[in-house]
This record gives sequence, C-alpha cells and structure tokens, in this order.
Amino acid sequence: MPTMTMLQALNSALAEKLANDPDVLIFGQDVGYFGGVFRVTDGLQSRFGLERCFDAPISEGGIVAAAIGMAAYGLRPVPEIQFADYILPAFDQLVSEAARLRYRSAGEFWAPLTVRSPYGGGIFGGQTHSQSPEAIFAHITGLKTVIPSTPFDAKGLLISAIEDDDPVIFLEPKRLYNGPFDGRHDRPVPTWQGNPAAEVPEGLYRIPLGTAARVREGEAATVLAYGTMVHVARAAIEESGIDAELIDLRSIVPLDIDTIVASVKKTGRCVILHEASRFGGFGGELSALVQERCFYHLEAPIERVCGWDTPYPHAFEWDYFPGPDRLIKALRRVMRND
Amino acid sequence: MSILSNSEALRLHIPNPVARPGEIPSFSHLRFSDAGEIAKPSIDADESGLRHLPYGLIRILDDQNAAVGPWNPYLDSEALIAGLTAMMRTRAFDDRLFRAHRQGKTSFYMKCTGEEAIAVAQSMVLGADDMCFPTYRMLGWLMARGYPLDKLINQIFSNAADPLRGRQLPILYSARDYGFYSLSGNVGSRFGHAVGWAMASAYRRGKAIALGMIGEGTTAEGDFHEALTFAAVYRAPVILCVTNNQWAISSFSGIAGAETTTFAAKALAYGIPGLRVDGNDFLAVWAATAWAAERARHNCGPTLIELFTYRADGHSTSDDPTRYRPVEEASLWPLGDPVDRLTQHLYATGAWDAEKHDALSDAIEVEVRAAIKTGEAVGTLGVSKPPVSEMFEGVFKEPDWRVIEQRRELGI
Repeated sequence: MPTMTMLQALNSALAEKLANDPDVLIFGQDVGYFGGVFRVTDGLQSRFGLERCFDAPISEGGIVAAAIGMAAYGLRPVPEIQFADYILPAFDQLVSEAARLRYRSAGEFWAPLTVRSPYGGGIFGGQTHSQSPEAIFAHITGLKTVIPSTPFDAKGLLISAIEDDDPVIFLEPKRLYNGPFDGRHDRPVPTWQGNPAAEVPEGLYRIPLGTAARVREGEAATVLAYGTMVHVARAAIEESGIDAELIDLRSIVPLDIDTIVASVKKTGRCVILHEASRFGGFGGELSALVQERCFYHLEAPIERVCGWDTPYPHAFEWDYFPGPDRLIKALRRVMRND
Repeated sequence: MSILSNSEALRLHIPNPVARPGEIPSFSHLRFSDAGEIAKPSIDADESGLRHLPYGLIRILDDQNAAVGPWNPYLDSEALIAGLTAMMRTRAFDDRLFRAHRQGKTSFYMKCTGEEAIAVAQSMVLGADDMCFPTYRMLGWLMARGYPLDKLINQIFSNAADPLRGRQLPILYSARDYGFYSLSGNVGSRFGHAVGWAMASAYRRGKAIALGMIGEGTTAEGDFHEALTFAAVYRAPVILCVTNNQWAISSFSGIAGAETTTFAAKALAYGIPGLRVDGNDFLAVWAATAWAAERARHNCGPTLIELFTYRADGHSTSDDPTRYRPVEEASLWPLGDPVDRLTQHLYATGAWDAEKHDALSDAIEVEVRAAIKTGEAVGTLGVSKPPVSEMFEGVFKEPDWRVIEQRRELGI
C-alpha cells in the first residue's frame, strides 16, 4: 500500500471523486493550473480539464455563493477557501444560506457542497494564517464540520464529505500536511513516511462522518482532541507515562457522543485539547456534554487545554500553541485527584 | 506649502430625497427616454457598442398606449391578456392578504403593488426549466405560472397545510417546480446563487438559464458585486436584475448611489451589457428579459437589467411610508401604474374592453376570496400549524442525535 502525506491523500480523494462523479468540480483561489498554494489540487486541472478544477476570483463570499447555486442545481462543488482565516467573508453564505436551505425550503432545495480550508497554526503564519474557527461552524445548525488528523482519515473523510447531501466544512490541519507534527517544534519534524496512518489505499473508500477514532486505549483518563492536537496529545501521553485514552473526534458535527461518553465513563477523567482560543471554544461544548452525561463517573474536574484568549500571535507562536507540556500538566492535575 | 491646500472647509454630502411628507413630489430630476427611442442591438453585439444603454430607458408603451419602437415584442392578445390576468391576480391577492394581516390572521405580509409587470413578464418569458432567484416582491412569477392560491395562503398562515411546514416567514416562498428558488429575508444573499446555478447549467451542457433579482438598495451589498464578478468572469448564462423601486424601506435610492449614476450602469465596470428598462411597462420588461435570455442561451454571457419602477405601497405590514415620503408620490409617478398601462394598451388594440375587464376583475376577486376561505378552513396563524415534529425535520437530510434527543425532550 502506498504511503501518502496528507496533501497527497487529499489530492487522491479529490482525484477519485473527479473521476467517479461528473458532478464534482473544484474551484478556489489558485487551485487551477497552479494546484493550490499548499498543492492539494496539484495536477487535477491537467488531468481532468479546466472546467473540473479552476481558479476563482479573490471573493470568498462569491465562491461560496456560486457553490451553493451549483449545489442547488445538482452538482457537488468542492470549493477551497485558501486559509480558514479568510472564510469569514463567506460566513453569511454558509450560515444564512447553505445551512438553512433544506430546512427553509422544506426539502425542495439543498446544498451538498464541501468547503475545504486549511486551518490551524504552527507555521509562523501570524494572525491571518493560523486560526482555528471550528467552533463558530459547530454552532451553526445545519452545517457539518470535519477535521482529519491522518492521511488515511483525510482521504476517507473527504470522500464521505463530498458524497454527503448536507453542507460540510472540511478543515485541514495544515501543520499536518507533510508530517504528524506533535508540538515539539524544537525537535526534527517527523514525516508521514513509515507512519501506519499514512498507508492510503488507491481508489475510493469512506470513513463515515460522525465516527470518532480511539487512537490510543487507556484506563487512567480520556483525552479528546482533533486535527493537529491528536498528535500533540499522543506525544504528551507517551511522555507523561499516564495511561490515558486518546479519542480523535474526526468530525465535531456530527459528533460521536457515544464513543466520548463510553470512554469517560471508563476512565473517570477528561482532558479536552484544542488549538482554538478557550472561551466559547468547542471544548466548552465538549465539557458540558461530558459533565451532563458522565457526572457521576467523574473523579476530577474536566480540564481544557487550549489556545489562549488572544489573537494568534506571531512571535509568541509557541507560547500560544497548546503543546505537549501543557497537556502533560493537565493530565497530572486530573490524576492528582486520585 | 502644498499648492493643493484646501481653499474651504470640507463638506460631507448626505443624500436627501427631493420631497418629504407634506412637500410636493417632484420628478424633474429623472431623465426618461421616449417610448421606442432606444435602438435594439443584436444579442451578440460587442459590449463596447452598448455602453449608452444604461443611461437610456427602454420603453415600448407610449403616451397613447400604443406599442412602438424596435423593442416591441409584438405579443398576441392571448399573451397580453394572460399577463394582465396574472398582474391583476397578484394585486388582488396582495390587497386581500394585507387585510388578512390587519385582521390578525398572520404575522407579516409584503405587497408588490406597482411592480407586478416585472415578475409576471419575466415568468412568461422564461422557460419551465429556468430558475428565478427572486426578491420578495415577485409573487407575480408564481401567479403567471398558475401556482395554487390556497398553497400560498397556507404558507402565509403557517397552517397545517403550509408547504414549507411552518418553518418560514410568510411570503418567503419556495416553489422548485415553478422555477422559483427558496426566498429568505436576507436581501441579496441569493444573487450569487443564480450565477452558480447558471454556471452549473453550462457545466452540464444544459439549456436552462437563471434569473437573479435584487433590489436597488441591496446593490450596496458585496453579494451584488461578487455575483457580477463571477457572472462576467465565467460568462454565466444568467440575467441579473436590479428592481429599482426607489425605496429601501425608508431610504431613497440616492442612499444606494442613484444620485450619481444609474444601477444599470454598474454593468459597465464588469464589461457586460446593462439595460435600463421601464419596469411599469409590461412589454418593455418582456422585451428586455427576452433579449437577455437569448444572449444567455447563445453563450453571449450575462446581462444586467435595471427595472425602473416605484414601490407604490409600504415596505411591509410593519412599515408606514407616510412617515418618510409624500403620500401623493405613488399616484404621481411619471411612469404610471403597470396594470393600468397594460389595460389601456389592450383597450387600444381592440382585444379588450371595460366589460371584459370588469368581468375578469370580479372573477379574480371570487377566486382569491375562495382561496382564502380554503386556507382559513385549514386555519390561520396560531389556530392551525403543522405537527411540532416538523420543527426538527430537515435540519440535515438525516437527523443527528441532538435533534433526536431534543425531540424526545419535547415529548414528540
């Protein structure tokens, strides 16, 4: 089985869908001839033709509006927003139109579009190339929000997202494009080469949206993470020596609540890890859900390890980034209450 | 010292309409072409030769109610009577349902009084497979295509038979089978959908085209410019229309930029044809829409049309236009009333007379009253509603656990 980076796996998913379904088309800034600033759409225009993968004006609102119109017609557009930081001009389209079209038209129209967008920090991108906006989408009724953490998952989830009949925000952890970055920025950057999760089959396969993955089994505590933070959590758990269970949510809407609850009931402790700012972040929702459903199993207060409540700072990237050391401290705090 | 230093203090210009309540309306600032004056270009004419069009006004019906000039579509009396019927039905329905709101039968209503020619003519020009992305003053589209009146009323009453299952504000219809896209209260956010829909039709090598509608006030939104950019860049088979009814709630068109240019002229910057059309002239709307549709169908690209009209009534049931504009303004509107003008034209052709007109008017009244009775028999707002379980349907194609749990929590 070939080993792929996440970039290659995403490219493979797009190529498979372009080959498999004539209603799939891709457009976005720089995605055509050039193949995207991160190369996710590399070679797709030359393989499948101008109309299947083409450049769009610098107009996020226009891109998503056009995609909704195409989707209402019956296509399955996969627009790219170059950075999740730039998705906000399209927010009205996503919230007021894509998310509600099926509901308000009583099923006469719906919008099966998949908006791909690289998100997250760790690349010295400053305030405008680093943010993690998943919580604002999770809050919107009618949108699905998917975040892979491995090449294998990225391909299977993206194929499922494209085939889904509801609008999907597909956030790609750009720090993982070329390797499973674990937050140890002062060490050599690992690559996907040799990583079992980078063994990506050719052809179509699907990972159902709303199914979490138990990445590491453990008895002492549950760590909930997604995207880049899955690898940070794995490294932190190994270094801590604490036998924590690691759940990769993979999609936050739909959310695999059963897997979360089963794990926390087993371990009695829960640490939530995400890169986005803490206040109002998706960790707050996870914390509430765990509290509501696992209260009598909890041995310690739920901990959240998140980005600070500041804009994403340039020079202070590694002071902001919730790396393994902060998670290790949180794990020790929840264990101290033994 | 700079030679460009200011010789006087700067002044901030805040546009203000010519007349406010209690003042005499004046339209002397408006410039209209004569009926028949504007030449009609071929559909594949180069855009560079069409740049005068946004500053003229395409009119066909002259002051003697005759159809004149090169844009005359030479409609037969059957089409004219069908158009008049749909316009009259629209107006009668609006009047009755506005009253139904005042009687407490629903929460909200919006009339399209004075703008009926636009939606009706466009609905008749475009085909069954084409898609209109309407504004909320396009009831005439549905009327021209025979949408059942009782279904409209059930939607307005949000009753048990509401086709939109109690989920949507009154009059924000959706009627896919009638080529009428789902409406929303967010003005402008569907303008780009029309372009995307048209791009999809071209991508599929289809035949259908799209019609996007927006109000003149909403041309200030980014949606308008984004849609025009995409339409122009990809030469989408779409007709993009600005209904300039002079008023955006209480803000006159000058607040959207009408003091300095026309809305049709916005096309110039995008390199696409812009037509400015008398929106109260059924034939002119028909002809301009047909011209733009032919362009779209022949891969000549998009057209921007400004439909110059007047919102003869309030913005909605929540509005009182006497607070911000002279009461007489509507009746003095220099381009008249679209229903009257088409009626007078039909009289002039000899195909219509007062007796037929009165009979039609009476028949429509009966039809509308009967439909209201049918809707009332199901129930008015609050008296009847779809099952509450409908609140939880259609959030996603398949409900996720949140919806299932919350529905259980509500006990349904």
